[in-house]
Amino acid sequence: MATEDGGSGLNIHPMDQFLVKSLFGGDGTVGMFTITNVTLWLAIAVVCILVLMVLGTRGRAIVPSRSQSIAEVLYGFIYKMVEDTTGKDGLVYFPYIFTLFIFIFVANVVGLLPKSFTTTSHIAVTATLAMAVFLAVTVLGFVKNGASFLSMFWVASAPLALRPVLALIEVISYFVRPVSHSIRLAGNMMAGHAVIKVFAGFAVVTWIAPASILAITAIYALEMLVVSIQAYVFTILTCVYLKDALHPHH
Amino acid sequence: MAIEGNITEMGQLMGAGLACIGMGGAAIGVGNVVGNYLSGALRNPSAAAGQTATMFIGIAFAEALGIFSFLVALLLMFAV
Repeated sequence: MATEDGGSGLNIHPMDQFLVKSLFGGDGTVGMFTITNVTLWLAIAVVCILVLMVLGTRGRAIVPSRSQSIAEVLYGFIYKMVEDTTGKDGLVYFPYIFTLFIFIFVANVVGLLPKSFTTTSHIAVTATLAMAVFLAVTVLGFVKNGASFLSMFWVASAPLALRPVLALIEVISYFVRPVSHSIRLAGNMMAGHAVIKVFAGFAVVTWIAPASILAITAIYALEMLVVSIQAYVFTILTCVYLKDALHPHH
Repeated sequence: MAIEGNITEMGQLMGAGLACIGMGGAAIGVGNVVGNYLSGALRNPSAAAGQTATMFIGIAFAEALGIFSFLVALLLMFAV
């Protein structure tokens, strides 16, 4: 698809790693309940989270062990973020936001392992998360504020003549939120992993292999950063949307 | 010399390449956000820590549009 073998020995298929395959035989068709590599790696991510959190908090020592301090740092970091971004009344929704963060973070990190599959590079996965956030926030906004939630779209501080135009823009930007929310995560994951595979493809050419391997190492470090920042960005945007739902007035 | 080959495929590949120009715009946007954050933070370091989250939100919004152009490129390559 991407590059045919041009006779140079190069055979780069950066997008092949994102193929969804059935794990247990069958005729290769993927249905609603087929166990695929996506299922496997989602399950691995969940198991990793459970192990980290259950083992990390089991001892509850005053001086934390290594796993406990990881769990504490993650918890404290997200707790402070929710408090800073949405205010005290947003803390009720902290468990959901923490779940989102740690799931995306661990799924991203697990996807960086060699031979693994990055579940968050699929828009099907990220769009599910983003739509859940979008629906939850919209429903919450109407439950908390009633019809006055719609005043979010009617910018009262703007001149009257501008307000309908602004309202149109606000409505459009509101409905684009789940799209950009999901595509940002999936696109970043996909792009980074495809770049690693492209450099891995160059490694078969002898004279360029050392530079290629150095580049893979450097990009791996960059990807580690991107992976954490994208999990953070997804979560903080969730907090921002939540704040809009709780306090719709500008 | 006559040009041979599939003109649709040529259009797809050229379009995918052109769509990648949009990523440069996202790069300028992200650089602008972080640069302005940094110049503000160096003027008033005590206020910097509280604005890190805002900076990341700004980066996310600027970057999303670059990701959209990347997505257009991918769609042209693999989906059209």
